[in-house]
Amino acid sequence: MTTWTTICRIDDIPLLGARRVARDKGAAVALFRTTGNRVFALLDRCPHKGGQLSQGIVFGESVACPLHNWTIGLGSGCAAAPDEGSTPSFQVNLAGEEVQLDADELATLGTDLPLPTAGPCGRRAGSC
Amino acid sequence: MKKPRLVLIGNGMAGVRTLEELLKIAPDLYDITVFGAEPHPNYNRILLSPVLAGEQTIEQIILNPLDWYAEAGITLHLGAKVTSVHRSKRLVTAQRADGSVIEAEYDRLLIATGSNPFILPVPGRDLQGVIAYRDIADTEAMIETAKTHRHAVVIGGGLLGLEAANGLMLRGMQVTVVHIAPWLMERQLDDVAGKLLQQSLTERGLQFELGAQTAELLGNEAGRVRAVKFKDGREIPADLVVMAAGIRPNTDLAKSMGLLCAQDGRGGIVVSDTLQTATDPRIYAVGECAAHRGIAYGLVAPLFEQGKVCANHLAEFGIGRYVGSQTSTKLKVTGIDLFSAGDFMGGEGSEEILLSDPIGGVYKKLVVKNDQLVGACLYGDTVDGSWYFKLIREGRKIADIRDKLMFGESNIGDVGHQGHSKAAAMADTDEVCGCNGVTKGAICKAIKDKGLFTLEEVRRHTKASASCGSCTGLVEQLLMFTAGGDYSATPKKKAICGCTEHSHQEVRDAIFKEHLTSIPAVMQALDWKTPNGCPSCRPALNYYLISSWPKEAKDDPQSRFINERSHANIQKDGTYSVIPRMWGGETTAAELRRIADAVDKYQIPTVKVTGGQRIDLLGVKKEDLVNVWKDIGMPSGHAYAKALRTVKTCVGSEWCRMGTQDSTQMGKDLERAMWRMYAPHKVKFAVSGCPRNCAEAGIKDVGIIGVDSGWEMYVAGNGGIKTEVAHFLVKLRTAEEVMEYTGAFMQLYRKEGWYLERTCHYVSRVGLDHVKKKILDDAEGRRALWAELQFALDGEPDPWFDFDKARVDTRQFIPVNAA
Repeated sequence: MTTWTTICRIDDIPLLGARRVARDKGAAVALFRTTGNRVFALLDRCPHKGGQLSQGIVFGESVACPLHNWTIGLGSGCAAAPDEGSTPSFQVNLAGEEVQLDADELATLGTDLPLPTAGPCGRRAGSC
Repeated sequence: MKKPRLVLIGNGMAGVRTLEELLKIAPDLYDITVFGAEPHPNYNRILLSPVLAGEQTIEQIILNPLDWYAEAGITLHLGAKVTSVHRSKRLVTAQRADGSVIEAEYDRLLIATGSNPFILPVPGRDLQGVIAYRDIADTEAMIETAKTHRHAVVIGGGLLGLEAANGLMLRGMQVTVVHIAPWLMERQLDDVAGKLLQQSLTERGLQFELGAQTAELLGNEAGRVRAVKFKDGREIPADLVVMAAGIRPNTDLAKSMGLLCAQDGRGGIVVSDTLQTATDPRIYAVGECAAHRGIAYGLVAPLFEQGKVCANHLAEFGIGRYVGSQTSTKLKVTGIDLFSAGDFMGGEGSEEILLSDPIGGVYKKLVVKNDQLVGACLYGDTVDGSWYFKLIREGRKIADIRDKLMFGESNIGDVGHQGHSKAAAMADTDEVCGCNGVTKGAICKAIKDKGLFTLEEVRRHTKASASCGSCTGLVEQLLMFTAGGDYSATPKKKAICGCTEHSHQEVRDAIFKEHLTSIPAVMQALDWKTPNGCPSCRPALNYYLISSWPKEAKDDPQSRFINERSHANIQKDGTYSVIPRMWGGETTAAELRRIADAVDKYQIPTVKVTGGQRIDLLGVKKEDLVNVWKDIGMPSGHAYAKALRTVKTCVGSEWCRMGTQDSTQMGKDLERAMWRMYAPHKVKFAVSGCPRNCAEAGIKDVGIIGVDSGWEMYVAGNGGIKTEVAHFLVKLRTAEEVMEYTGAFMQLYRKEGWYLERTCHYVSRVGLDHVKKKILDDAEGRRALWAELQFALDGEPDPWFDFDKARVDTRQFIPVNAA
């Protein structure tokens, strides 16, 4: 049995835009809204270098990763050819105006995938 | 419902490319049947020369293996020559070598029968050992003959003939090239370059009979050719005669069908801009058999463009017209560099710029007409071929670069990578694309393995040249070497992206003329192919709208790249960087204190001084951005935007013992007047107080240098990817003039620049003379431009503080939390 958790209202997501759903562990979940008012959810982590897909430009049923412009399909989470790779996609339920995610997936899906790091934390010990 | 039937006659590069384009956009529309007279699947005909020369194998030049046809559901009849087409019954009849007959009905018919070699009408042309050079069978016959025979004669000293001669020589034959014209490749080269080529080929061992007319081919008792006899009575021995005296569009079938064929030029089936035959709109023709606006193209790139348009119509989209191509030529004989394009012969009304070094084996001729480059013929050093070709295509005025034109693009700024300018001389392990770490070997392998033909395809598959683009010239050269010589032809105009057929200029013009003020309106008016564009066109449209119709067109944040949506620069881990504006690079203790406090409070990991005399706070969480802006209390530095970024200044006359002008104040005034200004790309200014130029004004979009008597103004410099020294524009007397001229230049760039075109590229496209005309010669126009810019900027919000007016969606700064 799927337990649907209400996340937000559809109008909380900008048209041709996205919102991030923060989680206690791992990458956030990105919610996308297309012009046809379809809502998709992907792990907010590009299969290429972990870019936050929620920050990308949404077009048709795809999003362009803000880091290196990979095109990721909103439905499948797959990179468009010739790039290869995919990011986990989440089931979405629209209950009227309410956007719902599967509680189970929200708690566990993709939480083990590493996130990109930046800044002095990456320097070799002793050099800063 | 039964699918409509599409029949393709001619299983070659043009026809199959059209099918590929069609399957891409309408995979299930047709039941497709293909007839090919040769027993092979579609192969790369241009690479027959490397096969003959032993540099590649037949397997390597196959473009579409049999699996491809099967996977696409295409019925393929190989070795089946179409004998007739009944147009009213819409029936194609073909015959196999064994005499069996195949029939296929069609709803749409595509003819791509290519061309036939022109066989000299001389006695003896039917003898054994006399062949043309057109297909795999010819190539195999030549390779076999070379194993057992000694003397070869190639009739025709054009591109094809020389490639055949070179290949046969490498296979061990003694080869004589017979050519009726006074010099080689007279359709592509002038006499000087033709003679240099002949000299170089003679040194390799080829023999030539120029100006010689073939009278007869003589045979032996066995019916095999033994000699070529000239009109003057001389004879030369020949065990093999290759006819390479040109090609003619293969229109036999078309004529038998009653389709209109051109009478003049080289002939060809007459087609419209949509590649439909003039006689029967159900029937299309593409490739070498078609005559478009009187021209039957013999090079691959134009055929591919035709294929794209044709596929679009077959798919019933009905957009796109083929309007012709410009072509260039490169010889595929390893070790010989030769390039020609446009009207390389020159003549009345045109001027020539020449560089000739016969000992060094270098010859370059540029033909100029009406202040435009119209032709180029290069021998020995062809590095700048693609650049000249671009100038010819774009028809740009060249007065401002005329004195440097001959010395190539490298001489006007593009130094390439580590000085590499000759792709052929690079090792396979050398890096071509420094952004994405792609080596020469990787690019060549992808071109060969994946059958890539265009720069766009190489970019998609290898990422080379896909980021900063500074290695584009090298990649183009690799493409020419690897995929064969003639892929460099390009459409006369370039569409913004795959969503439209329209170029940047056409879209700009339409927005202005038709008073379009929203992205949906533009997409509707210009028949966009996608419902809401893509990450390439939407930001461009958004910019064109807000710059054409200030105060009227509404900014669309969802059509902006994330940095301009969040007003900060995204970093690789998803945090952001914040660069506040410091007018003219000056700051105060109070500002520095607030910055320091914010760094502590929000635990910002890195604080760095930028190259533009500002301070960069790196690693700010998106949730903290609004508060960091507020705490710092300084205006947005727009360091994330296609907008005015820094105005770099030196301390000038206020402090410096050398200073002649108050450069700091001038810089601050310019910055205050023009900040919040969005532009096609980022814009940087610098102001120096004396000619020592400590603010490095020579590499900025606008650089101002104070001198004792006033200010010198430089424009279109660049310090980034392509170091470009700014051009001197004008000497001015007062600070007010500096303001007016700078503002006017900026507004001109904002109105005429294409999206993502820096000022250096913009000025290189339109020419400095154009800028001078608008800014220097036309005082009224200049003042109007400056007034326009002031109107556009008046009341523009600071996006860090005035969220509503700047249309900043603040929801983005707060993550949604599961209830």
